[in-house]
Amino acid sequence: MEKNNLKGWLYLLPAIAFLGFFLVYPLVDVFIYSFEEGYNSASQTFFGHGWYNYSYVLHDTYFLQAVKNTIILVAVTVPLSTGIALLISLALSSIKPLKELFQTVYFLPYVTNTLAVGLVFMILFKKTAYSDGMINVLIQLFGGKSVDFIDGPYWAKMFVLCFYTIWIVMPFKILILTSALASVDQTYYNAARVDGTSKFRIFYKITLPMISPMIFYLVITGFIGAFKAYSDAVALFGTDLNAAGMNTMVGYIYDMLYGNSGGFPSYASAAAIILFVIVLSITCINLSISRDKIHY
Amino acid sequence: MKIVLEHLTKRYPSRDRKRKEEVIAVNDFTFEIPDGKLIGLLGPSGCGKSTTLNLISGLEKPTEGKIYFGEDDVTNLPPENRGVGLVFQNYALYPHLTAYENIIFPLQNLKGEEKLSKEEMEERAMKVAKMVQIERLMERKPGQMSGGQQQRVAIARALVKTPNVLLLDEPLSNLDARLRLQTREEIKRIQQETKVTTIFVTHDQEEAMSISDMIVVMKEGAVQQIGKPQEVYDVPENLFVAKFLGTPPINVFEASVKNETLYIGSEAVLRVGGVADQDVWCAIRPEGFIPDENGPLTCGMIAVEVMGRDTSVVCTHDLCEAVQIRTIISAENKIDASKKTIRFSLKPYKTYIFAKGSEERIDFT
Amino acid sequence: MNQKLDFDLIEKRAKRRERVGKAALYAFLVFWGLIVLFPFYWMVLTSVKSYSTYNAEYIPKFFTLKPTFQNYFDAFSTVNLAGYFGNTLIFTLVTTALMIIVITLAAFAFARLEFKGKNLVFTGFLALMMIPTELVVITNFQTITNWGLRNTFTGLILPSVTSVFYIYLLKENFEQVPDELYKAAKVDGTSDFKYLLKVLIPITRPTLVTIIILKVIECWNSYVWPRLITDDEAYFLVSNGIQEIRENGFGRENIPAMMAAVVVISLPLIILFLFFHDKIMEGVSRGGTKG
Repeated sequence: MEKNNLKGWLYLLPAIAFLGFFLVYPLVDVFIYSFEEGYNSASQTFFGHGWYNYSYVLHDTYFLQAVKNTIILVAVTVPLSTGIALLISLALSSIKPLKELFQTVYFLPYVTNTLAVGLVFMILFKKTAYSDGMINVLIQLFGGKSVDFIDGPYWAKMFVLCFYTIWIVMPFKILILTSALASVDQTYYNAARVDGTSKFRIFYKITLPMISPMIFYLVITGFIGAFKAYSDAVALFGTDLNAAGMNTMVGYIYDMLYGNSGGFPSYASAAAIILFVIVLSITCINLSISRDKIHY
Repeated sequence: MKIVLEHLTKRYPSRDRKRKEEVIAVNDFTFEIPDGKLIGLLGPSGCGKSTTLNLISGLEKPTEGKIYFGEDDVTNLPPENRGVGLVFQNYALYPHLTAYENIIFPLQNLKGEEKLSKEEMEERAMKVAKMVQIERLMERKPGQMSGGQQQRVAIARALVKTPNVLLLDEPLSNLDARLRLQTREEIKRIQQETKVTTIFVTHDQEEAMSISDMIVVMKEGAVQQIGKPQEVYDVPENLFVAKFLGTPPINVFEASVKNETLYIGSEAVLRVGGVADQDVWCAIRPEGFIPDENGPLTCGMIAVEVMGRDTSVVCTHDLCEAVQIRTIISAENKIDASKKTIRFSLKPYKTYIFAKGSEERIDFT
Repeated sequence: MNQKLDFDLIEKRAKRRERVGKAALYAFLVFWGLIVLFPFYWMVLTSVKSYSTYNAEYIPKFFTLKPTFQNYFDAFSTVNLAGYFGNTLIFTLVTTALMIIVITLAAFAFARLEFKGKNLVFTGFLALMMIPTELVVITNFQTITNWGLRNTFTGLILPSVTSVFYIYLLKENFEQVPDELYKAAKVDGTSDFKYLLKVLIPITRPTLVTIIILKVIECWNSYVWPRLITDDEAYFLVSNGIQEIRENGFGRENIPAMMAAVVVISLPLIILFLFFHDKIMEGVSRGGTKG
């Protein structure tokens, strides 16, 4: 028995060691950091403990800008991407020929490098001295006025960011929803058809309630994911997101830690904890709503 | 409403893409279902009975043939315009809706002139709920009901729109044995009360025999025999029907006819007037055996099972298709189980002969 | 008679509605397919346009008649693309290999071995699944810096060699292997480790392959941690490389060469996807998210 005990722990040792060092210890440490005022990276000293780091972060205009950007991003992309993904999945599940081809194509963005494809989006949307860019050519074709989506007005930049984010998250949602739709028992549809139920009513009264657990799952993971947006913004606007006015909350944390404006792990910690609290409370709200809505 | 099926045929492309063969699910089905009757579609699994049901409901389109409801050709009509009530094998009750919501679901689909007010819907729902006796379960969800209760809700949902025809797909297969007996009586009662033409599919011959006005026996997509249950049991058209109906099953022997006499082995068991000399299948119902010390048929004794009213003698014969012959005789006959053999004489009207090749019944006098 | 006409009408209408609906469906699906594929097309197209052609097109053309591979030569010669590529390959392979070892051992301990405190530790592990990386990355950055491991593969690799989620996934899979096999192995005198190696791993290979593929994708695309931990170009991974190329590479305007680099970087995963798309999609639907 004694020997067996030892063996079990031995098998777990590597995992426990890595998790302890890189997950548990940092988790404790980040709270300590966030309360250490005036921490100096070089000398590893600090003045005292308190809420100053939080207060600094919450008064930092860059942080407020990042919060605003993130919230807009979340509010636009989560409902839109889930809605469009639902439409596409519905369409996919009602065809037979070419279904697999479409599914495979739609999944492609999942395996691409966010940074690399972001660059493609940038040149598609960018307006330079030499060229208006692909998208602007299209806009002009339909009689609109060209806009620089990358260095131009705030709404245009926000639009590209949202568009690219949706493009990136779509494969996952389509995949989950198509498999959710496929798992609905076909006899429910037959029953409804025999009763002369209209397509819309079938969707609203049968399909939607049946797949609602999956939709809520996507909304929750969607919220969490969108709150952590960062690489997509970097891909489109470059590493100096503060200058572009397009920083996200995660971006702010990393900028505080490292880079041109870096070297402030305490501020970064405070910002990370604020982000964590926001995400946690939104997830809790989501969960409680879903518990009210899903019941069978 | 009268339902007419004319040369109804359904072929599916073969699953195996390399082969060009088609699977024939229903083959040239012609039948006129009289108004207000309860019809049992009977056959082993995979015989095309569920496909037939789907063709009538409109969920599938026939490859050939026509379907008439009354005088109207509905062959290509989508299911929602046919006015059929369909009860699925697994009931297909919407799990997120209560029994009441499930029942009024079809009514809420009605549009235009047919549209009902809330009160009318409730009235009709309560009427069918009463008929199937689930008034007190209306607020429950399917997950909170037993199989039998779900079954009733499903029937109520099918009946609430007063369908032209009620279709039941294996309605009893998901119920336990006791409930099955009870529910089939219930189905009969509901059918008689509503007088709606009803077709139900089953692989259980006893179920079909007990409640149907008429049964249709199917095999591999083709109709074998149509008739009243007792008629089909008493006068099976072919060996398949004879074997499929009846518990315990019919006993089949290899036999031959010589000089208008039926021989099993060397024993002349029955006079069969008007039959030419040939090898045949001889099939004898369990109740067709009479223990008779001087009887012509000699069997090896295995066991005697006394079951109150009846006695079942289990015995063997080399020329019997099955290992055991099961007979049912009145318990008044005292059988000595210690004997090695037992002799029977046969009831002519419980004995059938079928041609060796076609397996069709051969009549004799 | 009237009724009969009505029926014909209903039939016809139903058929027409179905046909129009199908056409609209396909149009919609093709439209989304174009949105998905267009960036890929544009990336390949631009990468084969010559520098001068590209810059001469004020209105970009949707095709090119004179494709050139010069950009690909530039991509490899002007910037250290091959270096980024090699780094990423090493990083991906080592991280994935180490992770598989660590999680297999842990999953085996949870699934098969009996020892004191197992349930407690397992609950602890599950709780760790909820910790977002953003929260721990700060301290990890400090730790690696203090250990002097910046700009080393060790520093890049260490924090990502465990995944609680994959341990959980694998443990569930190990537990589905019938008990009898383990008992049979015990009776035959097989050691635990040999049982793991010879029985469990071969049986659960499909899951292991799925985990490997998902991890490879994650490694190949990782950006944040490498960016924090490397500032020496010699240790850049492709994501950082592409960012470097974008900001300081070919001179800001050589977009065709940039696109050539993007194509080269994207290609390995796309090839992987073409071969394993069923496995990848199945794996992701079982528990991947875009992290």
